[in-house]
Amino acid sequence: MTWRGRDVINILDFRRDDLDRLFSLTDQLVESDYRAPDLSGRSVALIFLEPSTRTMYSFYSAVNRLGGSVLPLSMAEATSIAKGESLADTIRMFDSYADLLVIRDKREGAAYYAAEVAESPVINAGDGAHNHPTQAMIDLYTINRLKGGVDGLTIGVLGDLKYGRAAASFILGLTLYKPGRIVLISPEELRLKSEVRDYLDSRGVEYLETSSLRDVVPELDVLYVTRIQKERFPDPLEYERVRGSYRVDLEALSGAKEDLIILHPLPRVDEIAVEVDDTPYAKYFLQARYGVYIRMALLKLVMGV
Amino acid sequence: MDVENGILVRKIRMGTVIDHIPPGRAFIVLRLLGLHQEPRNRLAVIVNTDSRKLGRKDIIKVEGIHIRGETLNKIALVAPEATVNYVEGYRVVEKFKVRLPDEVVGVVRCSNPRCISNSPREHITPRLEVVRPSPLRLRCIYCERYTDYEDVIKHFFET
Repeated sequence: MTWRGRDVINILDFRRDDLDRLFSLTDQLVESDYRAPDLSGRSVALIFLEPSTRTMYSFYSAVNRLGGSVLPLSMAEATSIAKGESLADTIRMFDSYADLLVIRDKREGAAYYAAEVAESPVINAGDGAHNHPTQAMIDLYTINRLKGGVDGLTIGVLGDLKYGRAAASFILGLTLYKPGRIVLISPEELRLKSEVRDYLDSRGVEYLETSSLRDVVPELDVLYVTRIQKERFPDPLEYERVRGSYRVDLEALSGAKEDLIILHPLPRVDEIAVEVDDTPYAKYFLQARYGVYIRMALLKLVMGV
Repeated sequence: MDVENGILVRKIRMGTVIDHIPPGRAFIVLRLLGLHQEPRNRLAVIVNTDSRKLGRKDIIKVEGIHIRGETLNKIALVAPEATVNYVEGYRVVEKFKVRLPDEVVGVVRCSNPRCISNSPREHITPRLEVVRPSPLRLRCIYCERYTDYEDVIKHFFET
């Protein structure tokens, strides 16, 4: 499918060959540390109606490196929204100012709706607990780049699989490939939501669910870590009880394969111990660096430059 | 009509008979069709009667009108096996099964309170795809969360 003019709402809107094209362009950008005025005279609206630093600045940086201008609307500046303007009206206005809209909103489905309203392409930068497709692209790219592919690998996903949009999009993105095994590691309370589970089942994807990181660490080629948030637990004591079991430190990693890679969508709080940063496993900062190039490649493909 | 209901309720001369409603759901169907607040029509509700097909079932008879249009298919949300019979001169002149469309538009709202379609400022017409008719499961085209039979019932009794 052609990339030009396309909305980026859900990782499942893409096929494997779409991602191959995105990733090979990203490779070129990474290798040449690309900067060029490809977006000169074009503008990208960054409509961030939920607090965000990483994703917003990653897009900001991507647009800057391509010589485009940014029209930012962040929470603090969203005076029109505060006055009671609808998202639809905000989108319509920015649609007339910008050539592409990047949107984050805590309401699930907001990006899909924005794409219905806007004529310009819309990129979903996170909608509640639903989707975060550009993060999934970064994750899949990082695995492809560091491991030479996704197929056949044993991939562990750790943390909040129920409310975490990054984890959900990553897991769905894995179904575009043929990983050897997907291992879902989380407390009972935060297991995969039924919509994602049913999708895996309908595609015949094999996965193992477990509460124990230690049991599965030796099998893993990739460990994708997400944060478990205290507020997801009705009982704070329960949170305190489980949090230690999901902390990735050197002890938890004893027995891991030598070439295991650990990814994290960031920001990290304390789910990965700082001591892990100095090990060859730690690839999360590299992953974040690739994020800018993925977003540059996306902008180039969607805007046809 | 496949059962002897004459004892309870007499046959109607002209009107609509909605048959094969799962037992206990007739009042939900009335509500779906807005008949619970329509005093002009004489109607009979037969609850928990014998059925060869379902074991037990409910029946609604509405005298004087042939209920038509898209609203009839709303019935399929709670009674996927229901049949609609048009009666003229005490005889069934037309009979068909209700049909659940592939997408339910503007009838029920998404069960996810965090869905953009439930945002009061946005005025979005809810659109839910049918995942399966029985037990009913719908999926919002915006947030992709499920809305199940229980959610639909809650929706109709809250509004």
